[in-house]
Amino acid sequence: MFFPDELLYTKDHEWVRIEGDTATVGITDFAQGELGDIVYVEIETLDQLIERGGLFGTVEAVKTVSDLYMPLNGTVTEVNEKLAASPELVNTDPYGDGWMIKVKLEDGSDSDLLSAAEYKKMIGA
Amino acid sequence: MSLRTPLYDTHQALGAKLIPFAGYDMPVRYTGDVQEHMAVRTAAGLFDVSHMGEFIIRGPKALALIQQVTTNDASKLPEGKAQYSCMPNREGGIVDDVIVYHIREDQYMMVVNASNIEKDWNWVSAHNESIGAELINVSDQTSLIAVSGPRAEEVVQQFTDVDLSKLGTYECFKGVFDGAEKTLVATTGYTGERTFEIFLYNEHAVRVWNDLLAAGQSVGLIPCGLGARDTLRLEMGYMLYGNDINDTTSPLEAGLGWITKLNKAPFTGAEAIFALKVQGLSRKLVAFELIDKGIPRVGYEIAVNGEVVGSVCSGSVSPVLGKGIGMGYVPVQYSAEGSELEIIIRNKPLKAVVVKAPFLKR
Repeated sequence: MFFPDELLYTKDHEWVRIEGDTATVGITDFAQGELGDIVYVEIETLDQLIERGGLFGTVEAVKTVSDLYMPLNGTVTEVNEKLAASPELVNTDPYGDGWMIKVKLEDGSDSDLLSAAEYKKMIGA
Repeated sequence: MSLRTPLYDTHQALGAKLIPFAGYDMPVRYTGDVQEHMAVRTAAGLFDVSHMGEFIIRGPKALALIQQVTTNDASKLPEGKAQYSCMPNREGGIVDDVIVYHIREDQYMMVVNASNIEKDWNWVSAHNESIGAELINVSDQTSLIAVSGPRAEEVVQQFTDVDLSKLGTYECFKGVFDGAEKTLVATTGYTGERTFEIFLYNEHAVRVWNDLLAAGQSVGLIPCGLGARDTLRLEMGYMLYGNDINDTTSPLEAGLGWITKLNKAPFTGAEAIFALKVQGLSRKLVAFELIDKGIPRVGYEIAVNGEVVGSVCSGSVSPVLGKGIGMGYVPVQYSAEGSELEIIIRNKPLKAVVVKAPFLKR
């Protein structure tokens, strides 16, 4: 399993890439492995302002369904359209083409986010 | 503390993800649910299902005991054949669904669900007190390896002298398999594909598994977990005990009338089942496909015109059909093929339609 050092992580297994006032969000390599084959990503929160910890979507694997939580306060400005036809990108490239949303950040509430090392320790990797 | 099958270390070495299931740590997947599912549909898959329970029933009273506790007519079961059956309780619910194997004269084996081994053992033992068959629980010493898929036979054939092409479905023979004596090979299965279920003593399990895996490599056989097993059985509309049937569901409601022989000698539960038949069913287990995009899951509500009428017993995405499929009990007036249902997924009613099982037409 792979956890890029330049990303931040949540306890709910999302990752965040912060660039200025924009963040890109997806789920971690660990999360996709636990879920198994992802067949459907449902995100219907485009243009919504969601608080940290709020629900922004759900991801459906063959065997399970899992909620997706906002890692930061912000507005969903973009949803990865490729996932509609190719949800398996979340399995094959979780930090790249498998990204899920872009968020315009509202304020810097990133105190809860974990570094790659902290996240790895949490999951026992 | 979870139980382990003799293949536990083998699964770990293969990189399987193991989960607790029916008291055992079992492989849910090795590579991916869809890849494993499709391997079984197009080539072959190798399953460890050693958690299943096996009871040997033998002696001159063996048939009488089986007839007393099961719904199907075992008196019509020739040697070397198997039959799907179920054990009803006195109220006409289902203690378990089982497969009965007629190994040879006066010798039978009943295969039961892992989660029900203790319950079934107590149930059958209690009935046996007045019947007196020889009854042995061999679950702990028996491993079960299943090879399933259109290429399964050519893999399995390499390890037995018996001509497998002569075996139909639901047949069995006992003999030497890959050097393992007293092995029972049966063409029963849970995937809808040609399947060989190999019941053998624990000490042979690792070797036979490895030999099958090696021999199957050239045809695309891969190890498959319980995840694929579940989607494979669901595509065929096969029941999963605990989900689709339980102590409170009638075999008639579940569509198991075809294995419920009310005309055979009296059996436990027959009166209650007969009474329900006379009274008429109020609900039925139906198979449904999602028309809208979505995946039904266990416990989701089923509605008709906004009114909740039932809930989902089994549900998933069909890897072959690429759509949501499931089963659930609904009032009989909504159970006909073509009836429109709504599955409530995250507070949204999604359109579904009742279809005739199996989902996968062959």
